[in-house]
Amino acid sequence: MMRKIRVLIAKPGLDGHDRGAKVIARALRDAGMEVIYTGIRQTPEQIVAAAVQEDVDVVGLSLLSGAHLHLFPKVVKLLREQVGDKVLVIGGGIIPEEDIPILKEQGVAAIFGPGTPTSVIIDFIKEKVGEKSQGTSA
Amino acid sequence: MEKMIEELLKEFRQGSKRAAARIISLIENEAPEGKEILRVLYKESGRSYIVGITGPAGAGKSTLTDALVKLMRHRGYRVGVVAVDPTSPFTGGALLGDRVRMSDLTLDPGVFIRSMASRGHLGGLSWAARDALVVLDAFGCDYILVETVGAGQSQVDVVKVADTVVLVTVPGLGDDIQAAKAGIMEIGDIFVVNKADRGDADQVVRYLQSILEQQTKTEGWLPPVIKTVAWRGEGVEELLDAVERHRSFLVNSGHLDPLRKMRLKEEIIERVERLIFARLKKEVRMDGVLEEVYSRQLDPLSAAEALVGEIIPQAGSAGRK
Repeated sequence: MMRKIRVLIAKPGLDGHDRGAKVIARALRDAGMEVIYTGIRQTPEQIVAAAVQEDVDVVGLSLLSGAHLHLFPKVVKLLREQVGDKVLVIGGGIIPEEDIPILKEQGVAAIFGPGTPTSVIIDFIKEKVGEKSQGTSA
Repeated sequence: MEKMIEELLKEFRQGSKRAAARIISLIENEAPEGKEILRVLYKESGRSYIVGITGPAGAGKSTLTDALVKLMRHRGYRVGVVAVDPTSPFTGGALLGDRVRMSDLTLDPGVFIRSMASRGHLGGLSWAARDALVVLDAFGCDYILVETVGAGQSQVDVVKVADTVVLVTVPGLGDDIQAAKAGIMEIGDIFVVNKADRGDADQVVRYLQSILEQQTKTEGWLPPVIKTVAWRGEGVEELLDAVERHRSFLVNSGHLDPLRKMRLKEEIIERVERLIFARLKKEVRMDGVLEEVYSRQLDPLSAAEALVGEIIPQAGSAGRK
């Protein structure tokens, strides 16, 4: 078996600050994952359509414009509708502390703010995806 | 397993992209279910026309693919795209970035795009990518575009799957001797000089034409050289016309069936080699033979023949002495 973790990295919303998203994409690649980068200014619908066609295990969202409370849950909702709950959704960017519990309640598994070591994100993904794939094959 | 396969196939036949995507993953992960499904779907394939898009990194293949797909959609075709990027030989990971140029196509119901990593396949196309073409074919795509890794002088796998190969280059990459080096020039059915608004595109066109006049990939077809500026869509209409012209040429001249048959023959042989090699690695114990070869009691060729003989008795029996 050549099972590889597949991750979609996308930037919803209107800001064009993609440095963080690209750093994460490269770090995950270097951790042996297959990372699909979709670029800036993606609508939730586009992100989910890409996630479906790419059959990813993880969707990573990066947003610095302040629209996270609207856009992140929308991505989660569309994903749940179209592929069920097997896809792990994580987020990053500029997200105020008080918004994190709200996002988690809406299905975002974790928020990684500025300064998070990439190893923390990598370990989180490996652990969660490992749990999920064991869950489905059993 | 049976039930899962049946359900996936049922969804697939109803046109579910989710099912198509899932099937490609099963194949890519070498899951037994993937193999089973492929067996079924192969019999339902054979209707798509496959166009390979290849050329050096940064030539604009993704942007060109995006423009070409839009035009194909305009002409009423259903289109699949398999976009291949390299796997890092060091980490096994990959950064697949072709979708960045194809955002507009994501929501089009008549388009399916899949990014795939080369996963260590030197010629640029993994087996999984080749199998994904069968899946998209059975899915009902009229055209499938395969965009492959860089394509240096040896990365010519795309000819093993494509009916028409489009070779994309740009001004400023070198002179006519670079272009004339063996391999890459010989695989193109159509040549594109992209970013034609930069540099001396006309000179590149002349270089290519002069080389192409001296060689033939297919008797009766002189590959056209087309200038494009992909991001503005310039020249893309001409490119699609050329693809359709090449397609009718292959059909009308009777070249298409023999070409496809020859490709399948090569694919079967490659698969035979792969299966034998896998069994050799798994079943044959090298240690004794290695000692014999090391101490010069047996030469390496005879040793190899003997090893093959262990899994295929007939082939090896004449070899051992």
